[in-house]
Amino acid sequence: MNIFYDTGKYMLLMKRVLTQPDRWKMFFRQFPKELEKLGLQSLPIVIIISVFIGAIMTIQTKLNTDNPLLPTYTTGLVTRDTLLLEFSSTILCLILAGKIGSNIASEIGTMRITEQIDALEIMGVNSANYLILPKIFAFVVMMPFLVIFSMAVGLIGGYFVATFTDIITTADYLIGIQYAFIPYYVFYSLVKSVVFAFLISSVAAYYGYYANGGALDVGKASTNAVVNSSILILFFNLLITNLMLN
Amino acid sequence: MIEVKNIDKSFDGNLVLKNVSALFEEGKTNMIIGQSGSGKTVLMKSIIGLHRIDKGRIEYDGRNLPDMKMKDIRVLRREVGMLFQGSALFDSLSVLENVMYPLEMFSRTTVDEMKERAYFCLEHVNLEEKSFHLLPSEISGGMQKRVAIARAIALQPKYLFCDEPNSGLDPKTALIIDRLIHDITVEFNITTIINSHDMNSVMEIGENIIFIENGENVWQGSKKDIFHVDNQSLNDFVFASDLFKKVKATNQ
Repeated sequence: MNIFYDTGKYMLLMKRVLTQPDRWKMFFRQFPKELEKLGLQSLPIVIIISVFIGAIMTIQTKLNTDNPLLPTYTTGLVTRDTLLLEFSSTILCLILAGKIGSNIASEIGTMRITEQIDALEIMGVNSANYLILPKIFAFVVMMPFLVIFSMAVGLIGGYFVATFTDIITTADYLIGIQYAFIPYYVFYSLVKSVVFAFLISSVAAYYGYYANGGALDVGKASTNAVVNSSILILFFNLLITNLMLN
Repeated sequence: MIEVKNIDKSFDGNLVLKNVSALFEEGKTNMIIGQSGSGKTVLMKSIIGLHRIDKGRIEYDGRNLPDMKMKDIRVLRREVGMLFQGSALFDSLSVLENVMYPLEMFSRTTVDEMKERAYFCLEHVNLEEKSFHLLPSEISGGMQKRVAIARAIALQPKYLFCDEPNSGLDPKTALIIDRLIHDITVEFNITTIINSHDMNSVMEIGENIIFIENGENVWQGSKKDIFHVDNQSLNDFVFASDLFKKVKATNQ
């Protein structure tokens, strides 16, 4: 029954979050800060992970498709499509669920247990809207850019393998990543990233907002936020893929 | 003036407040006292509306809080200031920004006017200008309480709530904070409600005292009367320290 209780409570929270801010001025003051914190500060991890995964994927694909019957550009093609379809949207979002989800849940959770949220409520501020809306909005805006960035950097990782090793030639790799390109895959990936960004930020905010007790409970809220948003990402990945690619 | 009439509040079937009635007067420091776990904080949070009561009336100058819609409660809360036990200052904002926050949120004045008001409030609680741009984590506990008071009075509230205002402070700073709350109450004619279990505070600034025991209002009176009450639990609370036993003996 907990799942129904939590879903209902989450919906009610979202109803409070997704309303017009008390003061737009305060929203637009908070929004760039969140863009920087949730988006720009995630760039280093996105670059590191994407470049390495792109490189590793190229090596592994080459090892598994090393067959004279397959065209030489197969490695580049498989690397590109895997990055576009799954890695740069779903896997990257699962990784960011850990970073961003725990960040949001612990920040809001700490505000809850130190009575800062109560202070906002006493002032007559819609605390849910004031604290959560800029985070959701900022992350939803930034996520597609992070995904596109991850795709590009991942492909560069594969290019490094082609350039600095003799596993695959640069020419074969470059032909592969351009061969039979379907722009719809990028659109599909961006749609997923927007949905996942909303899930990560809103679920984490939910667990943080309703944290109670002490530091230990903030830790629990962070863990619950990461675990549950990850599960939801996988579930919605299946749903969206079925809807958009089937 | 705030009047509480026959309120009950329970959590999971456990009745925490039992038919509590009390009158909190304007321009006076009204104190809710009682042992830990007696229901003081629940009573205060119920009065503010952070807890929904099971039954009864909470009247802010005739406006019954439980009957109000959320929108109206938000409007009422703009007339309320609150000092939390842990100060509850916003970590990411400086001292000045903390005090300016309610003004930016709700007043329609210019930035200069807001700054002027924030400076007035901060100077009123005896904070020096050099601390205005520090973060809450960079100032002492006593200074944090002062900033919290300045933030609470920024919008010129009609009602001020203080939850254990001097907990965690040394006796001298606690006394300064108590006097500050009292002076502000008198100067701005605020209905102030203070939650405390500190008898020093009660004797320093308590004008209208409500003693809560097991969720019931068992006594209400002034600090002059508190030494002559025929109530065992109140006497146990008041005369828990040797100091107050000696005060009683001297009075007798």
